[in-house]
Amino acid sequence: MPRLSGTRRRFMNLINAEKIDFAHGGQRVLHGVDLTLDPAEIVTIVGPNGSGKSTLLRLLIGALKPQKGRVTRKPGLRIGYVPQKLHIDPTLPITVARFLNLPHRVSRQDAQEALETAGVPGVSDRQMSQLSGGQFQRVLLARAILGKPDVLMLDEATQGLDQPGSASFYRQIESVRRDLGCAVLMVSHELHVVMSASDRVVCLNGHVCCEGTPEVVSVAPAYRELFGTGTGGALALYRHEHDHGHDHDHHHHHHEAAE
Amino acid sequence: MLDDFLVRAALAGVGTAVGAGLLGCFVVWRRMAYFGDATAHAAVLGVALALGFGTSITLGVVIVALAMAVLIHGLTGQGAAIDTMLGVLSHGALALGLVAVTMIPGQRVDLDAYLFGDVLSVSRGDLLIIWGGSAVVAAVLWWQWSAMLTTTLSPDLAYAAGINPRHAQLILTLLLAGVVAVAIKVVGALLITALLIIPAATARGFAQTPERMALLSVGVGVFAALGGLRFALVFDTPVGPSMICMAAALFGIGTIGGKLRR
Repeated sequence: MPRLSGTRRRFMNLINAEKIDFAHGGQRVLHGVDLTLDPAEIVTIVGPNGSGKSTLLRLLIGALKPQKGRVTRKPGLRIGYVPQKLHIDPTLPITVARFLNLPHRVSRQDAQEALETAGVPGVSDRQMSQLSGGQFQRVLLARAILGKPDVLMLDEATQGLDQPGSASFYRQIESVRRDLGCAVLMVSHELHVVMSASDRVVCLNGHVCCEGTPEVVSVAPAYRELFGTGTGGALALYRHEHDHGHDHDHHHHHHEAAE
Repeated sequence: MLDDFLVRAALAGVGTAVGAGLLGCFVVWRRMAYFGDATAHAAVLGVALALGFGTSITLGVVIVALAMAVLIHGLTGQGAAIDTMLGVLSHGALALGLVAVTMIPGQRVDLDAYLFGDVLSVSRGDLLIIWGGSAVVAAVLWWQWSAMLTTTLSPDLAYAAGINPRHAQLILTLLLAGVVAVAIKVVGALLITALLIIPAATARGFAQTPERMALLSVGVGVFAALGGLRFALVFDTPVGPSMICMAAALFGIGTIGGKLRR
């Protein structure tokens, strides 16, 4: 029976990573990482800088090959990827409208709708280089959703946005998920925003420290060791402290100290 | 009509400008100028080997340029500091070619034609190679355009869309070898990179999309080729370098004009 349910589960998964090891330049970045992604769920990977979050995402999209273990994607899986940042060489002129047509042509109307969904209507004739940081990320999001993805992957997509900006960006993600019914896998260090919006949180630091609903993860010892309680305003911790009201340890590291 | 050497020279210049203008955009966007140099310099070694073995020059150039292109492609996959390596390969191949030519027994070979081009002696066969080569470059770029552009913007975006960016990189390096073989007779090994970069750079300031930049780049290249040929006839200067001078002048005018317009 466990065997049967195992195969069935794998069949249902959009992406399945098993026991991944990855080293870069002799440095072990990830070891023994398991991760699965089911349709329509929002999963967030949190972890300090250098914990291998972006590497894991790039392994999942196939940009990197694991040295051990394997990544299986559902055949024909459509991935909408929003990279951490995208540098466009200044010698390459490209309008937003043209960018949205990569790699596949889309109709002008679809492009308009995607820009509206992403919260940046009316920028389609602008040069990509003229956009502000927030607009740029939203155009990346619009391009990602134009491919009607089964899964949307965001790598620190709100880096460089201010707090209200990133909060509204994540609200946009939630509404995109509602509209498209796609799964969302995101990487973030912004615990306070991300935790509240996730179905499942994976806490990563070279390996999976702990995993579960935001409520479960936020009280897990491994998570607290990584992020401590110094993350002022982190919603999940806030919630936890009110739920239980017995946090006695004041010596946790601020998460930046754990880098 | 093709009996007139000037007509042949003009057709050779235009044909080269088409292939170089299109591919040159990718060379500029992806900062592959050094690749162009290395591949072009390898062509001199190809000329020497072809003379030594008594085979066709074009065949020698294509084989050695392809070998260099594949070697560079392999090296870039390693992620090592590629700049120095390219410098070594590029100038090593050039020097080796210059030395090898002097060791060919029996004949004194004038390398100038291959270093600086000799478009006025272009034959019908050369024209066939030039236009055929440029047509192949244009066709492959047309066919792979979207994938190449996505890869150029971001390899990760390409991976996520199921495109292997290494393929695009390999195709570009192979096309580069093709353009070198096409252009060596026209502007010579030393100035091929200029023909790739200057028209594309000139077009940049006047284009809103990658496609328009590519077309404009071809236009600039064609204008420079014909203008350079005319200039060379009037002032009795070498044709290849005159074409590049014309392109550089257009770049200068375009850049200054663009600044003033703003």
